[in-house]
Amino acid sequence: MNNLLFLILVGIAVAAAAGYLGSFMVVKRMSLVGDALTHVALPGMAVALTFGFSPILGAFAALALAIFGVWYLQEHSEIYPEALIGVVFTASLALGVLITPEAELLEALFGDIEKITPIEGLLAIIISFLIILITRKISKKMILGVISEELAKSAGIAISKLNLVYLLLVGVVVALGVKFVGTLLMGALVIVPAVAAKNISRSFKNYSLFSALIGILSAVIGVSLAYLFQFPAGPVIVLTSAAIFVLTFFLRKGESVC
Amino acid sequence: MGEINAKILLMDKDVLLSVSGLKVKFDHHLILDDISFEVEKNETLAIIGPNGAGKTVLFKALLGLIPFAGEVKWQSGLKIGYVPQKLALPRDLPLTTLEFLRLKENNLAKIYKILEQVGFQKNKPHEGHLKKHVLETKVSVLSGGEAQRILIAFALLEDPDVLLFDEPTAGVDISAEETIYSLLHKLRQKQSLTMLLISHEPEIVKKYADKVLDLGKQQK
Repeated sequence: MNNLLFLILVGIAVAAAAGYLGSFMVVKRMSLVGDALTHVALPGMAVALTFGFSPILGAFAALALAIFGVWYLQEHSEIYPEALIGVVFTASLALGVLITPEAELLEALFGDIEKITPIEGLLAIIISFLIILITRKISKKMILGVISEELAKSAGIAISKLNLVYLLLVGVVVALGVKFVGTLLMGALVIVPAVAAKNISRSFKNYSLFSALIGILSAVIGVSLAYLFQFPAGPVIVLTSAAIFVLTFFLRKGESVC
Repeated sequence: MGEINAKILLMDKDVLLSVSGLKVKFDHHLILDDISFEVEKNETLAIIGPNGAGKTVLFKALLGLIPFAGEVKWQSGLKIGYVPQKLALPRDLPLTTLEFLRLKENNLAKIYKILEQVGFQKNKPHEGHLKKHVLETKVSVLSGGEAQRILIAFALLEDPDVLLFDEPTAGVDISAEETIYSLLHKLRQKQSLTMLLISHEPEIVKKYADKVLDLGKQQK
C-alpha cells in the first residue's frame, strides 16, 4: 500500500510536469513532434540496460542528442522539421527495437512502474517540480513565440534558444516518464491532457492548469486501477486521459467554458 | 550582411533612423536594392509601393529580423514598437485579450490607460462591455478593428519612441479604418511619437504622412 502511495505521488509529479509542458506543445502545433520524440528514448534505454546503468539516464542522453541534432539541422538546413523528425525518430525506434535486450523490450516500450526504485521516484518528484518552475519562468516568452515569432523576435526574445530549452525540458520529462508508461505511450501523457484541457478553456491560465490537473487525474486513476486489477499501469493511465478527453469534448458544446 | 548599428548619430537634425544602401536578397532574388532614407524625431514616414515591392521585408530588416546588406542606424536607446499587419491566430487558441496584453505589462492600471488611448472606453456603462467582450474574450476571436487596436495597445505598452505599423488597416472595415488612422494621428501629437507606416491608401498617406518612401519607384 505504501508502495502504491509512493507510485501515485511520483505519477502525480511526472504527469503534472508532462501536462503543463504539453499545453505549450499543443498550441505550438507540435503534438506529433512530441509523440515521435518520445520514441528516441528507446535506444538510449537499450544501451543503459545493456551496460547496467539507469534507463532514465540512458533515455535522457538519447533524447538530448536527438533534440540537439534536430534543432541544429532545423537552424542550418532547409529540411522541413516534420520530415526531419519523421526520419530521426522512426529510425531511433527501429534501432531501439533491434538493440534492446528481448527480456526488457516490453518494459521499455510500455513501462513497468514496479521497477521504479525509491531514489528514482524521489528524483522524479524533485525534477518534475523544477521543470514546472522553469516552464513557468519562460511561459510568457513561449506564449508570445506561439502568437507571432516576429513579435517575439522584435521584443528581443531569442526564439531559437527558447525552443531548444523547451524541447530539452520535454526530453527530461519524457525520460522521467518512460518507466511509468513506456516510450511508446509517453507522448500521450504530454499531449492528451493538453488537448482535453483545450476543449474546456478560454484562458491560457486555465488551459495550462487544467492540462496539469488532467495529467494528475489520469495518473492517480490509472495507477490505482492498474493496482486493483493487476493491469500494466502505462496503458491504463493513457486510456484514462483519453477517456477524460472524450468527456471534455462533449462538455465543450461549441464554445469553451472556462 | 549587416547588423543594426546603434551608434549615436552626431548630426544637427534629430535623426532617429538612418538607412543607407540597404539590400535584401532571398534565394538570389533581390527584394530591396539600395534603399536609403532618414527619419527624424516626430516625423511620420509612409512606405508605399505595389505588392511584392518589399514593404514588409523592409520593416523586418529595420527590426533586425532578417539578414541584409547595407546600413541601418537607429539612434541609441530608442524603444521601438512593432505592429504587425495582423495576427494569424487559430480561433481555438486559449488566450484572453488581457492575458495577451499581460505578456508585455503586468500593471493593470497601465493596461487600462493604454486601452483608453486606443479607443476602448472603460468608464461606465462601457466597463462591463470592455471586460466581457474584449478583455476576457479570446484574442483570436476579436473583430478586425478590435484586434488591430489591441495590437497597437500591445506596442504602446512599452512606451515606444518609434512605432512601426505594417498596414494598420489591412482586414479592417472602412469605418474602423478611419478610426485607426485618426487614433494614430492623435497618438503622434500627444506623445511625440515617430512613425513608420506601410500603407496602400494614397488618401491616408496624403493626410497623415510627412514623407513618403515609394519602394515601387526606388526599385526602378
